[in-house]
Amino acid sequence: MSSATSKAKNSFIVVLAVVLLAAAPAADQKKISIYSSVATYSLPVVDHAGHEYVGLLEILEPLGRVSASTAGRRWTLRYNNLDCEFFSGKTRARIRKRDFDLSAPFLIENSRGLVPLNSLSALLPRFLGNSVTFHEAARRLFIGDIATQVSAQFDAANPPRLVLNFTAPVNPTIATEPGKLRMVFLREPLVPPGTPSLFFDNPVITQANFSENNGVAELSIAATAPLMASFSNNARTITVASASQTPAAPTSAEPVPTVSGQPASIPGIAPPLPPPSRVRVIVDPAHGGTERGAALTDTLPEKTVTLGFARLLRAELQNQGFSVTLLREGDDTLTPDQRAGTANAAHAALYIILHADSQGSGARVFTALLPSSSPNHGPFHAWTTAQTDALPLSQAIAFAVLTAMQKHQIPARGYPASLRPLNNVLIPAIAVELAPGSNGISDLPSANYQQKAAAAIADGVSSLRDRLGAQP
Amino acid sequence: MIPRHLLIGVAVMLVIVLSMGIYLRQMSRAAVERQRLAEDNRPVMPPASGPTETVTLYVADDAAGMLRAQPAQIPLPEGRQQRAEELLRALLRIYTRSDSPHPLAPAADLRSVYLIDPGVAVVDMNAAFADQHRSGILTEQLTVDSLVQTLATNVPGIARVRILIEGNTRETLAGHADLTQFFDVNAVAQAITQAAQ
Repeated sequence: MSSATSKAKNSFIVVLAVVLLAAAPAADQKKISIYSSVATYSLPVVDHAGHEYVGLLEILEPLGRVSASTAGRRWTLRYNNLDCEFFSGKTRARIRKRDFDLSAPFLIENSRGLVPLNSLSALLPRFLGNSVTFHEAARRLFIGDIATQVSAQFDAANPPRLVLNFTAPVNPTIATEPGKLRMVFLREPLVPPGTPSLFFDNPVITQANFSENNGVAELSIAATAPLMASFSNNARTITVASASQTPAAPTSAEPVPTVSGQPASIPGIAPPLPPPSRVRVIVDPAHGGTERGAALTDTLPEKTVTLGFARLLRAELQNQGFSVTLLREGDDTLTPDQRAGTANAAHAALYIILHADSQGSGARVFTALLPSSSPNHGPFHAWTTAQTDALPLSQAIAFAVLTAMQKHQIPARGYPASLRPLNNVLIPAIAVELAPGSNGISDLPSANYQQKAAAAIADGVSSLRDRLGAQP
Repeated sequence: MIPRHLLIGVAVMLVIVLSMGIYLRQMSRAAVERQRLAEDNRPVMPPASGPTETVTLYVADDAAGMLRAQPAQIPLPEGRQQRAEELLRALLRIYTRSDSPHPLAPAADLRSVYLIDPGVAVVDMNAAFADQHRSGILTEQLTVDSLVQTLATNVPGIARVRILIEGNTRETLAGHADLTQFFDVNAVAQAITQAAQ
């Protein structure tokens, strides 16, 4: 009897260990955040032989026109009019026909060129001509003269208030937990104040700390009573005060942002920030390789815009806690059947294919156009109407994305379309076609415009996270 | 004093040069015209005979991103197949005009419509229709929806429509709209209603 109990205990411990080990990489996924005047984005960081690496093409993609190709161990990259070459396993590279030494060997992984993180400070100015500030320990990289400063003013009146003034509008994720209010800045280039820790001689609000780690900055306010935050001055000021003795709200106070759709201004008894669920999304940059898609301009094929747009969407979705797979990372040719087959085999919760069009304006969101009566019966699905069962959720997601687009002031409309591979995909599937914005065709390759659209798509998808999480 | 025969010689030479210039200019114009005619592969169709009828054409409007129902008076023959062909030709005439709300290539044309009972229409378009079509999901879908809805509204009994190019299946119209499948008339009608909302 006792032996059986011991065996059961051991089995439980083994299973628990396996589950914890499996969950660990997702929770600790390393990333680098890049802040520039044209775009803010996060990229995954890869560990190899004791060094941290990041994709060079992915860093430069939102900042200018970039292309790369691989020939054996040689990886060449063109950024605007600048050519450079790297060699797999070597530290020596050639940039503008001049030698450059990396701090660790260059890597090629699935045609992606990876450079060590601690070479970025010296490497990127060669491409960008701008100064680069890299907070290496926190993996936060600032390009050019971009920084949001914060200053704090403490008002010890009853009730006490901590007023945080920022030099630019901010929109942090706010979470409260017993004894603490945390503000996490994902997109803001917030830099450390002169003194990272402030101590207040007050029985309620006792301390404010700035920290940065894994691509994000965080301000945490320690208190002995529940706290709440309110925004004013066009999101340039955040006032933190005791929730039990809430002071008169500032005249222009705005609602605080939300965490997973829940109000964040819950007093200190609210539960801590829930761990993000790892709902998997497949992002498919349409066209690629020999299939160039539409000629958006004389020199800009659709396949180039969709790949850059997909990378930004991946970063936005990852910031919202989704696990994202890009269907193509480089200039690969894929048939619609291959795209659908990969999406179906991945057992993901959502498939998004991205297109671009030089005509019209704003964005369009498409769902599959299927026959009014489906030939699917029982467990088997006809290839041409595989989307039938998932179509209602696809339409709900399309509607959520359209709503989010409008919130981000991008004109958008929804349509059903006979567009492959939407009808061959078993999981919820939408297509987004990006058309020019208010600046015309020059918007399409603009990282700023693409990021705005990507953020809207991510917001729309995130609003239906619970329903997506319930998918097989 | 210039000799008289020399003056006459120079005058004759000038006349010859002038005549050759005019002749060359005419030759050049004729060559350009021949080239233009060679490139214009629009078939010369006899005018449709029969009484004029009021029909509803579903015309794509790029600016609005939707179809607009547009009444038109066109002569329609008796037979269902000829009637279907005339309807689509009337639609294409709108699209090939210079002020079209949804421009198609001037050479875009219909080859034939085959009606196969029960309820199938096969629309065979020429190569220029697809080869010179603008690329884009919405642009291509509007073209397809316009053809399908115009046919289904004015020719009773059509439930499914298939679009061929030069008698063959083509993967997509211009990189996006899937032409390998039949278009379900009811589904297209629902999609048009949904897009108009």
